[in-house]
Amino acid sequence: MSEIRNYTMNFGPQHPAAHGVMRLVLEMDGEVIQKADPHIGLLHRGTEKLAESKPYNQSIGYMDRLDYTSMMCNEHAYVMAIENLLGVTIPERAQYIRVMFDEVTRILNHLIWLGAHALDIGAMTVFLLAFKEREELMDVYEAVSGTRMHATYYRPGGVHRDLPDTMPRYQASKWRSQKDADRFNAARNGTMLDFIGAFAERFPKSVDDYETLLTDNRIWKQRTVNIGVVSPERALQLGFSGPMLRGSGIAWDLRKKQPYEVYDRMDFDIPVGVNGDCYDRYLVRIEELRQSTRIIRQCVEWLKGNPGPVMVAERKIRPPRREEMKEDMESLIHHFKFFTEGYCVPEGETYAAIEAPKGELGVYLVSDGANKPYRLKVRAPGFAHLGALDEMVRGHMLADVVAVIGTQDIVFGEVDR
Amino acid sequence: MSEHIEALARHVEAQLQGRATRVASLATEVTIEVASAALLDVARTLRDAPELKFEVLIDVTVVDYSQFRLETWQTHSATDTGFSRARIQPAPAEEPTPPPRPAAGSRFAVVYHLLSVSNNQRLRVRVKCEDEDEPVVDSVVDIWASANWFEREAFDLFGVFFRDHPDLRRILTDYGFIGHPFRKDFPLIGNVEVRYDAERKRVVYQPVSIEPRVLVPRVIRDDNRYNPALKDAPSK
Repeated sequence: MSEIRNYTMNFGPQHPAAHGVMRLVLEMDGEVIQKADPHIGLLHRGTEKLAESKPYNQSIGYMDRLDYTSMMCNEHAYVMAIENLLGVTIPERAQYIRVMFDEVTRILNHLIWLGAHALDIGAMTVFLLAFKEREELMDVYEAVSGTRMHATYYRPGGVHRDLPDTMPRYQASKWRSQKDADRFNAARNGTMLDFIGAFAERFPKSVDDYETLLTDNRIWKQRTVNIGVVSPERALQLGFSGPMLRGSGIAWDLRKKQPYEVYDRMDFDIPVGVNGDCYDRYLVRIEELRQSTRIIRQCVEWLKGNPGPVMVAERKIRPPRREEMKEDMESLIHHFKFFTEGYCVPEGETYAAIEAPKGELGVYLVSDGANKPYRLKVRAPGFAHLGALDEMVRGHMLADVVAVIGTQDIVFGEVDR
Repeated sequence: MSEHIEALARHVEAQLQGRATRVASLATEVTIEVASAALLDVARTLRDAPELKFEVLIDVTVVDYSQFRLETWQTHSATDTGFSRARIQPAPAEEPTPPPRPAAGSRFAVVYHLLSVSNNQRLRVRVKCEDEDEPVVDSVVDIWASANWFEREAFDLFGVFFRDHPDLRRILTDYGFIGHPFRKDFPLIGNVEVRYDAERKRVVYQPVSIEPRVLVPRVIRDDNRYNPALKDAPSK
């Protein structure tokens, strides 16, 4: 009689369902997984160490590149940590802008998650529909910061500049007729706030479309219901946060429980799952898409009626205005010092956490009083989630690994840092 | 907010009874320092005591304090409000003097961030590693399962050992990596680089070829600039 041994299988590092570069070593008993050992770090860039060698403001751009599907949320945690140590309070308008863009970012993130997750499990159409809407939000990013992804828009003390009055418009060309351009531009005639407001009005209908394709779909349910079940107790033990924790039935959301900026003035609900499986986490995220549009609508309304500064007046932590520099020697000095040396942050340590689309994103910042961080640690939600992959896939079939990776919403930019 | 923080600090003190000392922190946070021998005991209390209930371990990380408050520029305050002058330190002697070593047992500190979902509170616990050549602390994996990967990362990047960790392997760095890259004495550009060798038809490691350089010197200024009484007058 021959001896039967478990089969070890290699998954990745280049695998479309691995959502980046992850190598998984799977120990299989036939089709059933006995053990999963993720090998990560293929995208490790040492962001935290790099930040130690640069003045504070020069690292904001690196934060975008952590979780590259929810860019501004990463910046938010970082600048909030700096503001904690500096002890500055940012203007109200800047707080609303940040909340609005956090929610825009949440939609961006959940759309790419939804598209990729559905694509992994075999539904192609959702991916295309999600990216159509995502494009509009990318334009909003571009209008406000000049780039479609890595915005570097939040700064310690506020945001880089006020919202623009116009949206960029399409132009007719060899490939696009005037008629098409006019059709695309129809929503872009007003201000940027009009554009976002119109998007927030229209978007819940798109979410209905995604739900039509997936929520009652028999194949979708067969692939997600009762897959990767995590009990509430285990979810806490494993350090879950965000939709992964709420999917298990724990109503925990930093926007409600430990509100930052102006989230305490917003009216929105926290969706919670029941069974803690992939399907519940899908429903939670879908509902978050709707709740985010609610928050965006409230922010748009407030921002339309309340102009004001978007940056603190403290001149040591922000560059002076161009006009001031032309006339004022002091401003010129501030400008020079700000860009050559940066600003010193008082000695101390802080932990600033925000509810990023994937979960709790925290920045632990230690300053020794210098113009560069002494130690920066980014607490990435995906890192804790991926650490539980082994436990979540044990006893499941090989094909379910893909569903579990999808439901964890893994992005290697933040896992590997 | 501050009442909440004070109440938490009182509960921590009452439950731990001298096993931890509270250290200065921002007014919105509570930090305690625990001796490494008492860590497991304290951690269990923090998780189970009903007033504390820290059931989530949010983060484990290490801070290397060996170059704390070391600067490349030294400044002399000219005024209370303006920028002080900065001077480059005198050129190093023939043999560079090694930076002053911090007092024994204070180079590496392991920092735990705890969260209580039921009581909605946070706590930071710091444990100093006594031996700095071979820093060791007890693993808290048995108390919080999420510590598994966080401790692996801390071991990988800082070389801190976690006693009784079930699977203390490197996690982020390359297979066969030498050294612990986030230590302050590890160069920012690293020690080795990889390239494809056309003759040997494989990727080879070689010593780094780029020069390390500092673009912005590190400077510490204690010039009261955030003192609210000393703000600049707004310009017109």
